[in-house]
Amino acid sequence: MRAPRTVTLEELDFLGTGAWILGTGGGGDPYHGLLALKALYDEGARVPLIRAADLDDGAMIGVVSQMGAPVVNLERTADPAMTIKPVRMMEAHVGRRFDALMPSEIGGGNALQPFLAAAKLGYPVVDADTMGRAFPSVFHTSFAVGDLTPHPYALADIRDNEVMVTRCADWLWSEQIARKILVEFGSRAFSCKAPRTGREVKDWGIHGTVTQAIGLGRAVHLARRGHADPVAAVLASERGRALFRGKIADVARRATEGHLRGVADCEGLDADRGHRYRLEFQNEFLVGRRDGAVEVTTPDLICVLDSVSGEAVGTERLRYGQRITVVALPAPALFLTAKGLAHTAPRAFGLDLDFVSPFAPAAAEARP
Amino acid sequence: MTKIGIDVGGTNTDALVLDGAAVVAAAKTATTADVTGGIAKALRLVLAQPGVERGAIEAVIIGTTHFTNAVIARQGLRPVAAVRICLPASAAIPPFADWPGDLRAVAGAGHHLLAGGHEYDGRPIAAFDAHGMHRVAREIAAAGVEAVAISAVFSPLDPRCEEAAGAILREHAPGLDVTLSHRLGRLGLMERENVAILNSSLMALARRTTRAFVAALRDSGIAAPLYLTQNDGTIMSETYAAGFPVYSFASGPTNSMRGAAFLSRIADAIVVDVGGTTTDVGCLRRGFPHEANNIVHVGGVRTNFRMPDVLSIGLGGGSIVDAATGAVGPRSVGFELTRRARVFGGDVLTATDVAVAAGLVELGDRSRVADLDSGLVRATVAAMHAMVADAVDRMKLDAAPTPLIAVGGGAFLIPPSIPGISEVITVPHGAVANAVGAAIAQVSGEVDRIFRGLPREEAIARARAEAVEQAIRSGAEPASITVVDVEDLPLAYLAGNTLRTRVRVVGDIAGAAGA
Repeated sequence: MRAPRTVTLEELDFLGTGAWILGTGGGGDPYHGLLALKALYDEGARVPLIRAADLDDGAMIGVVSQMGAPVVNLERTADPAMTIKPVRMMEAHVGRRFDALMPSEIGGGNALQPFLAAAKLGYPVVDADTMGRAFPSVFHTSFAVGDLTPHPYALADIRDNEVMVTRCADWLWSEQIARKILVEFGSRAFSCKAPRTGREVKDWGIHGTVTQAIGLGRAVHLARRGHADPVAAVLASERGRALFRGKIADVARRATEGHLRGVADCEGLDADRGHRYRLEFQNEFLVGRRDGAVEVTTPDLICVLDSVSGEAVGTERLRYGQRITVVALPAPALFLTAKGLAHTAPRAFGLDLDFVSPFAPAAAEARP
Repeated sequence: MTKIGIDVGGTNTDALVLDGAAVVAAAKTATTADVTGGIAKALRLVLAQPGVERGAIEAVIIGTTHFTNAVIARQGLRPVAAVRICLPASAAIPPFADWPGDLRAVAGAGHHLLAGGHEYDGRPIAAFDAHGMHRVAREIAAAGVEAVAISAVFSPLDPRCEEAAGAILREHAPGLDVTLSHRLGRLGLMERENVAILNSSLMALARRTTRAFVAALRDSGIAAPLYLTQNDGTIMSETYAAGFPVYSFASGPTNSMRGAAFLSRIADAIVVDVGGTTTDVGCLRRGFPHEANNIVHVGGVRTNFRMPDVLSIGLGGGSIVDAATGAVGPRSVGFELTRRARVFGGDVLTATDVAVAAGLVELGDRSRVADLDSGLVRATVAAMHAMVADAVDRMKLDAAPTPLIAVGGGAFLIPPSIPGISEVITVPHGAVANAVGAAIAQVSGEVDRIFRGLPREEAIARARAEAVEQAIRSGAEPASITVVDVEDLPLAYLAGNTLRTRVRVVGDIAGAAGA
């Protein structure tokens, strides 16, 4: 196994900023997790980052996340002591210690969760996740696309409640059961998903996404320090494309079945003057329409950035009059197969639309 | 109703007497280091003007940056003990965690975490640890700490833990300055807690300052009650302000925009305020400034204040112009304009000089800019106009043509026609729009709450009723109260029909008898 590198203190801010951009409007602001992780770094903790390719096939990897409503996160801050509870539960259940931890979701606050546990427990974190962005449920993960088993998984709350779900019929049931427990826990649960082997992570993880998040955040921070354009820096750092520059003219939201759905209409500025853009979201941005015509859909990443600061704008924080730039980043290749699209394209969210991408199909080579 | 509005800015203190909708007198004087000296002088100047009768004045409203400046300069602050009621939740990131070190050194006196707080659905997280609170109160009293901020998880939904903690604290140390975070409003534990700490830290200064303001009024022979303006364009009584100084933060831009709306009688417009160094562009909706997104840093501390969304660009009357290239700003001669600009006998070419040369305004000695190349003058004016037009376009909220109200001492730099702007309006007394905004400020009430299992209309109706009640308690005339803002945000991942609703109402100051 190749020696992992260490994530530096400076990179933590980059990770937070980049993860928020990869949240594609959802996933929750990583701010609290970032503060908690910095506090652990101040105490001397350092988290090694290991490449997925360097994992032993037989290694056991813990998939760490936190579930809950963003509004609850406003009042309930991150806590590493809670994040490690389901990790310990799972180790006791399996009878073996994890070799490394990984994020379930690199987009938003969940990017930080495995780092909090790893910093407490002295484990490395794998440079991979299962979404490459943020999505509302485990059904939208690459492990679900790979038909890996969704169980067992562990949930804990801040009191002394712990639930081990030892079996669930499929990934949809896995999510439904977890949501019921979540409500009782006060809409905030710490979770450790089904343990994965090194082989499974190599085959079905989305690789390099921690490095990608750090790189995105670094581009934004360095641009801000140099008084350069952070949005241009994001595009230069990624194989991304600026789709629209404008301001938000109208936002309509409604909550249905526990999800925040809605649309934001934007009016063009600069080169896009005279054009309109519509963003449709369900927690995350799912569809972008330029002057009515669909230009981009999930699983491509639709990132809405503050045009001045380069900061990501969440769907809950969209506000009339904000100046924003819509940027698309290409979807992970794992999601571009027929099976992958069945889990992540607009129809997986109940929309009567096929996947549309501004990226050339050749660039998004499908996986066999 | 006759009112006096006073705006204490970094450079000037403006005062203005308003009788109904008519400006009776206005004056501008230099701000003094002690603040009250400038206020006393400004009062003297307006009271000496014809038609102003001391006895007829029913209210004096001051807009001041004094408390914001205290935080920024780290001066006049008292150390605060922070009590957070949250355990077993929200323990890992303690109070003061993300504060600049120098501010924490001045305003921090340790923190205490205790069991309690609520879930979003109203269930307690854990029983409130009253026993622990007694211990903490004894420790705080023994340490000689004089200011305390109390926060609890989801206290805007259920303030009982904070109230119980405050009562225990007063049993042990009745003279403490205490701020309960739910009194400052919004959801966001750390931001609300930060605001509560800043508030407690400022309370002693606020008492001294408001007392000095009142003394300045009495010395001027004015018996009317004193109010201070808040950052949302509304007012608080002087006693309330002494308890909640943080509400005065960033009231300057708000007053300027509200003043512009009043002077022009236009409620929906772009307001451009050209000062000496910067131009502030904001957007008025229904007479109130459009607000910025919810995270705002004050003195390096993260807060969730209501602040107007203002775009500042480096263009002002004192902006330095490069005589070779015609490049404008962002450097400025600032308050030295009347000494260093060419038309005033100086040797620095400023935006004002170019405007004089181009015939946009008559100021100083025009012959001192007669030598300027006419091509350079044209190009520089075009560049300045383009800067304003671009900023205006960025701030406009929709494509429809909108009127623009030009205020501030450098308003002559605003082009007479701008794409997307129906007309550029200049108003009398535009140079003291800030003080006008202070004079016309109203009383507000606001509720920001999560409602469960209620239809949207009923949730809004309940929030509205509470906001109205709050406004009346703060001194609003009940008949004058109107709703200015309704926002409802359905919440993701929460069970049932859960809605976060925010309603804000405003009303006129109730007559002098009730104040």
